[in-house]
Amino acid sequence: MSKPVSLSAGVPKIVLVGNPNVGKSVLFNALTGAYTTVSNYPGTSVEVAHGFCDLAGLRYEVLDTPGMYSLLPITEEERVARQILLHGEVHVVVHVIDARNLERMLPMTLQLAEAGLPLLVVVNIMDEAERCGMTIDLPLLQSRLGVPVVGAATARKRGLAEIRAALAAFDPSRRPVFAYASDLEHDILRVAAQLEGNYRLDRRALALLLLQRDEEIQGLVAATEGAHHAKLQQTVNQVIFERRVDLHLRISLERKRICQGLLAEVVTQRTGGRPSFAERLSSWSMNPWTGVPLLLLVLYFGLYKFVGEFGAGTVVGFLEGTLFLEHLNPWFIAVADRFITWSWLHELLVGEYGILTLAVRYAVALVLPIVGTFFIAFSILEDSGYFPRLAMLVDRLFKAIGLNGRAVIPMVLGFGCDTMATMVTRTLETVRERVIATILLALAIPCSAQLGVILALLSATPGALLVWTSFLLLIFLVIGLLAARLMPGERPMFYMEIPPLRLPQPGNVLVKTLTRMQWYFFEIFPLFIVASILLWAGKLTGGLNILVGWVQPVMLSLGLPVEAAAAFIFGFFRRDFGAAGLYDLQTSGLLSPVQLTVAAVTLTLFVPCVAQFMMMKKERGWMVSLLIFVFVTAIAFASGWGLNRLLLATGWLA
Amino acid sequence: MQLSAKAEEILEALWIGTEERGADALPFAGLGVVANDDGLAELSRLAYVEVRGDRVFLRQEGRFEAMMTVRRHRLAERLLMDILDLKGKKGDAKACEFEHLLHHGVDTKICTLLNHPTTCPHGRPIPPGKCCEEARAEGSVGVVALTELKAGERGEIAYLSTADAKKMQKLMSMGVLPGNQLHLSRTFPTFVFRVGNSEFAVDDELAREIFVRKG
Repeated sequence: MSKPVSLSAGVPKIVLVGNPNVGKSVLFNALTGAYTTVSNYPGTSVEVAHGFCDLAGLRYEVLDTPGMYSLLPITEEERVARQILLHGEVHVVVHVIDARNLERMLPMTLQLAEAGLPLLVVVNIMDEAERCGMTIDLPLLQSRLGVPVVGAATARKRGLAEIRAALAAFDPSRRPVFAYASDLEHDILRVAAQLEGNYRLDRRALALLLLQRDEEIQGLVAATEGAHHAKLQQTVNQVIFERRVDLHLRISLERKRICQGLLAEVVTQRTGGRPSFAERLSSWSMNPWTGVPLLLLVLYFGLYKFVGEFGAGTVVGFLEGTLFLEHLNPWFIAVADRFITWSWLHELLVGEYGILTLAVRYAVALVLPIVGTFFIAFSILEDSGYFPRLAMLVDRLFKAIGLNGRAVIPMVLGFGCDTMATMVTRTLETVRERVIATILLALAIPCSAQLGVILALLSATPGALLVWTSFLLLIFLVIGLLAARLMPGERPMFYMEIPPLRLPQPGNVLVKTLTRMQWYFFEIFPLFIVASILLWAGKLTGGLNILVGWVQPVMLSLGLPVEAAAAFIFGFFRRDFGAAGLYDLQTSGLLSPVQLTVAAVTLTLFVPCVAQFMMMKKERGWMVSLLIFVFVTAIAFASGWGLNRLLLATGWLA
Repeated sequence: MQLSAKAEEILEALWIGTEERGADALPFAGLGVVANDDGLAELSRLAYVEVRGDRVFLRQEGRFEAMMTVRRHRLAERLLMDILDLKGKKGDAKACEFEHLLHHGVDTKICTLLNHPTTCPHGRPIPPGKCCEEARAEGSVGVVALTELKAGERGEIAYLSTADAKKMQKLMSMGVLPGNQLHLSRTFPTFVFRVGNSEFAVDDELAREIFVRKG
């Protein structure tokens, strides 16, 4: 058993739980402010956010758990969320639920209460519920549930003060009990009565989980009960057999019955009214005939206009051209010339691959604006609820390449940063899907830093962009189709909640963008520095030249000038680096249109940057990531070779 | 009174030969009987069939019973192959034994359970029984998979057919529980439906596991 996550012992803990998409993270950010850290739950790749908040002079630790649908976990995220409840010393569990779907959310409230956890219920998204014409009698619900209930709309900062007040005044001694039908209770008691050990969860809840064959709980109980366990397991098996026809269903229906009782007269629904604009837009976005044009509009304005023209054009132009090349770099160099006499240090800091002149300039002037604008666009789309609609639209296509619609989110994110997208593949359900998504990200999805340079590179040559795009799309589909055929494992299944479309909230977009940017800088920026140092060391020792020498014959077989070798070597350290190397080659007139296209395609397909490789290793392990590495390299050069032959034979772009 | 198994087999073969294949009668050889067969004697006594020379004719009096025998056989086939998953030769053989048990309203119950099927697994028509006529008259379509619904239709979730516990939990966590109202808004490119105030998208594979009572 892994240990509970905790930053500090002795501080009372507030744990936020609930379904995905109910506004847990927004509440978490509101409670903790800026002082949060995100770390992996021990032994898993699931991240848990921690922070602190002060209520009425007392300090509390706040944990934001991954979304869970029920106390009986299916996904790794849910398992982690439950581990926190199971093993941590919890002062209060805040169950955040969606006001529009109380009937569906309350069964989990019941499970939490049944587990004997100290419970506070936040009925969130009240604003949307009111817009749907619902009125919710919260005081009545509170008196029926027997635990504090607070209404809120955290995305609009409504109810935050009330939540703080309820947390500060929280009385953990209130433990309501809800009874199932007597026959079911009888069977639960048969099991619960035999549990003799000390558990954090209530015995009744444990008995129910045992009856539902929860493996983790079985393990825990087996370890705690010792010799007594065999007899207990016998009783459990007996009940399971007696109720083999419908145990799961029966429990669900019982919970539903209790919830209906709790909710009687709590919710009043005003009916009628025309569909709102958001509803009509939502249905357009899901109809392929209108959804695809809508997607193209989103891509055109979001990616091309905003990220491409504004981010990679205007902002980069200003930062790189004006700020660094005209002002900062000459100043760095002048200062270095005056004070640094050792030539190796001079070279390291302000030389051709210098940390200040190259690494910092690249990070701040080139990558920051492109990745930043991309993350803004991505966060706007995310906050509006567009992605689930895109996911359902492309599900059939993605099934053909061995994924399901859900994978569209890491794939789109890959156009911003493949490294981050590789990390996000963990939200996919099966290992098979994660591996396929990782391969496709490594191979055929260019990141925004690379896209920026390649678009600038190819836009000067008519037709090159078209060949590049079609060829990458072809590789994406062919490799996907092959992977779907050859990769063993479960067939993907698609199911997704489609939240209502809403106007993105500037605050949310800002927080989401900043969180991603922060991550990007902490994870990627050090690698920029490392890459610069490696290149510097390589240049100084001559190792770089040897490496370039090895790659030169490969370049010749692709029909490229030997000078391109340097671009490919750099490309390994950073994808955009390589593209920028090509840019230099092109401006010095060394590349014909065919060579340019072949080089751009090969480089885009070629080995992911160092950061992405490290992330692949972290998520998939050495074996799989090395295999992917070799595979991607082979495909990249084979495709480059083939494309060169094709272009020469057909005379396109000549 | 109930016919013997042998008599039922003869009636069945006669119905298929005359009604479906268009013959006016069948020879002894075609029925696999000899002149002094017990089953044949039983049917002649009831005036269900008439024997002329070595040819057996199905009489007007025997038509209804013959039709019901064929119906029971094909219902048995459906039950064995669709629900009990007995296919091929073994399924055929078991269906031949099974059909003789479907009397006294058992056939009606099985027919309702199977939602009044119209063809057997080999594609031949199942003669409709009284229960099928009644269901048709009431316009009740019974319980169908979500994939059979058209966009815009609604229904009450009747049951989930999946045997996969994980699938079951996914569906239940979306609020797809028997008794809940479901409103289907799209069937392509994926199934989109509303339960309560939430909308969900699922693929064909999951949609096939959700059974709803239309209306």
